[in-house]
Amino acid sequence: MMASTITIEPQTNKNKKREIDKQKDTILEIKDLSIFYGDNQAVKHATFDIDEHAITALIGPSGCGKSTFLRGINRMNDLIPIARNEGQIIYEDINLLDKNINTIALRKEIGMVFQKPNPFPKSVYNNITHALKFYGKRKKKQLDEVVEESLRKAALWDEVKDRLHESAFSLSGGQQQRLCIARTLAMKPNVLLLDEPSSALDPISNAKIEELILQLKEDYSIIIVTHNMQQASRISDKTAFFLNGSVIEYDETEKIFTNPAHGKTEDYISGRFG
Amino acid sequence: MVAREQFQVELSKLRGDIISLAHETEKLLEKSLEALYNQDIDMANDIISYDTKLDQKELKINEDAILLIARQQPVATDLRRLIIALRISSDLERMGDNAKNIAKSTIHLGEEHGLTIHPALTDMKNIALKMVDLSIKAFEYEDITLARKLSELDDLVDSMYGEIIREMLEETATNPQKIQHIMQMAFSARYIERFADHTTNIGESILYLVKGETLNLNE
Repeated sequence: MMASTITIEPQTNKNKKREIDKQKDTILEIKDLSIFYGDNQAVKHATFDIDEHAITALIGPSGCGKSTFLRGINRMNDLIPIARNEGQIIYEDINLLDKNINTIALRKEIGMVFQKPNPFPKSVYNNITHALKFYGKRKKKQLDEVVEESLRKAALWDEVKDRLHESAFSLSGGQQQRLCIARTLAMKPNVLLLDEPSSALDPISNAKIEELILQLKEDYSIIIVTHNMQQASRISDKTAFFLNGSVIEYDETEKIFTNPAHGKTEDYISGRFG
Repeated sequence: MVAREQFQVELSKLRGDIISLAHETEKLLEKSLEALYNQDIDMANDIISYDTKLDQKELKINEDAILLIARQQPVATDLRRLIIALRISSDLERMGDNAKNIAKSTIHLGEEHGLTIHPALTDMKNIALKMVDLSIKAFEYEDITLARKLSELDDLVDSMYGEIIREMLEETATNPQKIQHIMQMAFSARYIERFADHTTNIGESILYLVKGETLNLNE
């Protein structure tokens, strides 16, 4: 019956959408997180949940605490002697800020890619296998498989499959950055932290990285710091706006970029300060 | 510090252009009724040719707005400001068309139609002009309270239009030989009613700008 099909269809779609919404589980619970460098409080009482298999963008002017926040998640700030944390970051029922956390294991689970591509001064192949060998994986067949899989996931395989034993420095900037992502993926992380991963790249390489990030969302939860508002609005599902260490607004990206609740968010995304 | 000063300057220039286009449409409606009542065919022809100038101004506003979107990549309220600039200029252009259509009716009626133009058309026109004023103030000050008032005035124009049409239907019964002329008068009433409708669209655009959601003022 035509009529009934027409009335039922949109409802089914709606229900489907709702089911998808429900499936978004929380991967990280940030609870009253503060991060200090000596007396300076860089992150102030941040509290919000980060969705699994979603892209969360952190935006805000320089010095607002977003990169400190990002580095706080996989305890990179531990490398800074005067840095200390308060509050909790809950990941799989564990507080990542616990003193007894094995940070090496943590950084395997929660990998990071930095602003400037930083490949090791080794071949493309060895860049990916370096950490694997450290963890005792030495069988060539096994390593070959991981290299191919990681490079494929980072959308780099076709471009470098004939150059695996050339120096990583012979790659272009965009390729180097994708190699760094591949290197992170080789450790089979759950969460990817990206600190302005494409700000040092040309527009084409930038577009490739963005496409890659969107693909990776299927398998990973991604948190990305970006100064590029268009990038945040294009690729992220949720956006957190940081200002002077505080999370001013955290919401669906669509909401943040079309009708933000907070005047300061609006001023920042419209380019009135920052 | 106010950043993006150039953007703000260009936005306010665009706003000024829209306000001046609105004032010109007001004048055009005023004149079209004057021509209708005075059976002034020359004036009606002037109105028709003046309307093409308004069309060009609308195109210019559209081009400027599109260029600003491309160059400044605005988001949130700034983006909505440009989106409503496109919408409002299109409404104003259509309002100009309605004035032009009244001028065309004046020409169809000719100089010897021997009918009294219904006085209520003047009342309708006066309310429609008040609505333009309101909508443009609402636009200038981004004031949703003013925008909401348009809804009540539009109801008034609608009911006046209904009344005029009823009277004219009776007139056709008593004066069937005048049916062509009465039709033109009824069309003119319809054009004023449409003109007023477009001002409620402008009000809706202001609500969209301020609230970020679509609301209907013309129900």
